[in-house]
Amino acid sequence: MEQQHQAGNLGMWVFLVTEIMFFGGLFACYAVYRALHLQAFETGSRLLDVRFGAANTAVLIASSLTMALAIHSAQTGKRKSVVMFYLVLTMILGAAFLAIKFTFEWRHDFVEHLVPGFGFEVRPEWGAVGQQVPMFFCFYFFMTGLHALHMIIGIGILTVLMIMASRGRFNEQYYAPLEVTGLYWHFVDIVWIFLFPLLYLIGGHYTMGGGH
Amino acid sequence: MSGHVVPVRVYMGVFLALLALTGLTTWVSYFDLGPMNTVVALAIAVTKMLLVILFFMHVKYSSGLTRLVIVAGFFWFAILATLTLSDELTRNWSPSPAPWSFLLPLIRGLL
Repeated sequence: MEQQHQAGNLGMWVFLVTEIMFFGGLFACYAVYRALHLQAFETGSRLLDVRFGAANTAVLIASSLTMALAIHSAQTGKRKSVVMFYLVLTMILGAAFLAIKFTFEWRHDFVEHLVPGFGFEVRPEWGAVGQQVPMFFCFYFFMTGLHALHMIIGIGILTVLMIMASRGRFNEQYYAPLEVTGLYWHFVDIVWIFLFPLLYLIGGHYTMGGGH
Repeated sequence: MSGHVVPVRVYMGVFLALLALTGLTTWVSYFDLGPMNTVVALAIAVTKMLLVILFFMHVKYSSGLTRLVIVAGFFWFAILATLTLSDELTRNWSPSPAPWSFLLPLIRGLL
């Protein structure tokens, strides 16, 4: 059993390493283009709302906690309703993240004509770098979109776990699906932990025209 | 029984630390620290990542083989990032060779 447990976790980590490379390539790409077009990227970053980004970070961290507690309650042999409670809480928090992302942030960007390819409008106040601001938004929508896709897949897997938990499949001996899904969920959380400062914060919203 | 059971108070502690670090990185971003903006933001993000990996993902209690795979993964990403950035960020360090046009007066003189 011990070896099975370790093999399962190891296999999931091998998959997560491929995910590190997947997102890592995007982060490296972002770093290069940000260095090349620093002013345009800072201008784009200032157009994002830090409050939504910070709130979503908190929501996602909370969902990681409830995921960890779901595994913990299976490990310690709690009733299946306890496991299901934490799984539902995790799904609700995940859905709340997506709701904030789509309905507040993306819809706002669309209304403000900040979506490249969908009526993007270069504003005069952006100055000479205005033409390069859409590049920031391409990165923004692709990276947050890919992250959101991972969240949607994660919520799908959690739904399957819910059904398994309701049938009493998990106990102190067997909770591997919960643990492996937990690894995935926490990984998606880590991706956001990096996306939040890189997209929202380091652009510098301290003063207009500030920066370095 | 397999796997390490982490006490709930450890999870709560990590959760509160992650929330505090989120608040800190947001607060710090309102100050212009120059080039340190990115350094501070990434340092806090890496700290948060380590907290999640070690405690939420149980790597603190996992086998050496799993840790090796994780470290190898991040090492591979470090190679990717280092080689990409060492190319892109150093392109303007050495003066690029002057265009061939500087030879034109010389050639005209010869003609």
